[in-house]
Amino acid sequence: MKWLGLGLVALLSLALAVLLGPAHVPLAQFARSDIVRSLRLPRAILAFLVGGSLALSGASLQALVRNPLADPFLLGLSGGAGLGAVLAIALHLAGPWVLPLAAFGGALFAMALVYRLGLVGGAELDPRVLILAGVAVGAFASAVTTAIVSLSDAAELRNTFLWLWGGLSGASWDTVVVMAVYAPLPVLVLFAAARPLDLLALGEEPARHLGADVVPLKRRVYVAASLLTAAAVAVSGVIGFVGLVVPHAMRTLWGHRHRPLLPASFVGGGALLALSDTVARVAVAPRELPVGIVTALIGVPVFALMLRRWSAT
Amino acid sequence: MERHLILDVRGVSYRYPSAAADALACVSLNARAGEFHAVLGPNGSGKTTLVRVALGLLSPQAGTSEVLGRPATTWSRRELARVVAVVTQREEGLFPQRVRETVLLGRYPRLSLWGAERAQDRSAVERALGRCDVAGLADRWLWTLSGGEYQRVRVARALAQEPQLLVLDEPTASLDVRHEMELFELARTLVDEHGLAVVMITHHINLAARFADRVLLLSEGRAVGQGAPGEVLTRETVARVFAWPVAIEAFDGRPQVVPLRRRRNA
Repeated sequence: MKWLGLGLVALLSLALAVLLGPAHVPLAQFARSDIVRSLRLPRAILAFLVGGSLALSGASLQALVRNPLADPFLLGLSGGAGLGAVLAIALHLAGPWVLPLAAFGGALFAMALVYRLGLVGGAELDPRVLILAGVAVGAFASAVTTAIVSLSDAAELRNTFLWLWGGLSGASWDTVVVMAVYAPLPVLVLFAAARPLDLLALGEEPARHLGADVVPLKRRVYVAASLLTAAAVAVSGVIGFVGLVVPHAMRTLWGHRHRPLLPASFVGGGALLALSDTVARVAVAPRELPVGIVTALIGVPVFALMLRRWSAT
Repeated sequence: MERHLILDVRGVSYRYPSAAADALACVSLNARAGEFHAVLGPNGSGKTTLVRVALGLLSPQAGTSEVLGRPATTWSRRELARVVAVVTQREEGLFPQRVRETVLLGRYPRLSLWGAERAQDRSAVERALGRCDVAGLADRWLWTLSGGEYQRVRVARALAQEPQLLVLDEPTASLDVRHEMELFELARTLVDEHGLAVVMITHHINLAARFADRVLLLSEGRAVGQGAPGEVLTRETVARVFAWPVAIEAFDGRPQVVPLRRRRNA
């Protein structure tokens, strides 16, 4: 019943994303419309994939670092992605894929650095060390980014900033294909980690005695969630909120077992971002709102309602 | 009749990285089906380290530990969790859980990667809940339980693993008399009626003396006594190990330790 409801919400969000837009497309010409086929449809699918990836990463990382406030950007990825993008622009690199690739590279670099620092504490990937390393690397990357920005032309950097603050206006069938080919592997790795993540929530020693291989588990979850987030940042910039609140909203409906929680977070995150992006395109047409603002405006009230329902039971 | 040997720890020594002294020095312990072992000793005497080495979480620098005849370090965690269940001293509760949910986690080592819980998993959970007398709490949240109920739920989760050996690390810490007794009685019942081997780390010398078949007394990583409670818990040994004068009284044929006041006439 819950799954049916979530599935319907997801379908509805995708349908609205395709049906609505600043340009009016009569229903009769719908199937042949270029706007629908090459703009709205890929954008809706990309929004769904990105939102799902962010929410799934967030839910997994909350269990990995044993902190319910974790979100996909906690571990320094957004800082790294931003630095990569700004560097690419400062170096006058041009081309359709330069920004995404540079951001992806920056995010991977931040991930590698945080991972390396996470080994310092002795116990491999100690969650406390991981969080501190993530915050430190993120802060350092932001500092370098700001330094580069303050030393260069404002005009060319406006684009980077707009891009960094998240949006799906760069969506095309190419980006959809890249995401659709890339995402399944980390998604499956995270889904497969669902049961041992339940054990990890008890702490590492109890988890090991219950049969979880804690060290490889943490490594797999960390790398898979980071790769997923890095790809999401590369195609859509830093879209906040989805990765933090969707998992918690799904927890109120499905509980804390990761086997239902992780897939539900993916679908819920996808639906929220597809819906938010539609609102972002339509609300102040012909201009666009940054989608991150909309995710917060839609997500917070929904979340508050769910929280009330949850605490009432 | 020779009972089935489950855990065979022989002469293990372990020193933590960058520690000055051995946490364990040449300690042996073998646990057979239907035996209740108590591991006693002051804080920091190596009791928990012994469990970690015995179950392959740490590799000993000397000696060996075998589970069912196979070195503990060569078992995968999953395989080992089907034979040995451990109730650790502490665990975290990151997310709120209900009693039945947390007991179901004990089935993890017996579930396939993608498979759902089967009827046999659900019945194992109900059986474990019943044995620990917490079936009536199955739908409660963990955080609403009393300390004694919570510990029994954790034992139930361990039993859901359907182990041959149950290791309990200070399960009665901060419990009142009734809950302490209930836990020791439960452990004894599991040994006598279900043929489990139990290794319990505890600070309750007197309850250990009354319930356990064998005790291992550790001091600074060394075994200072090992055998039946009556042989190990002598006045001199207990006084020396815990650095406090004691008297030993007999109760039910088992030694009971009475710590003395420092000045008798005070």
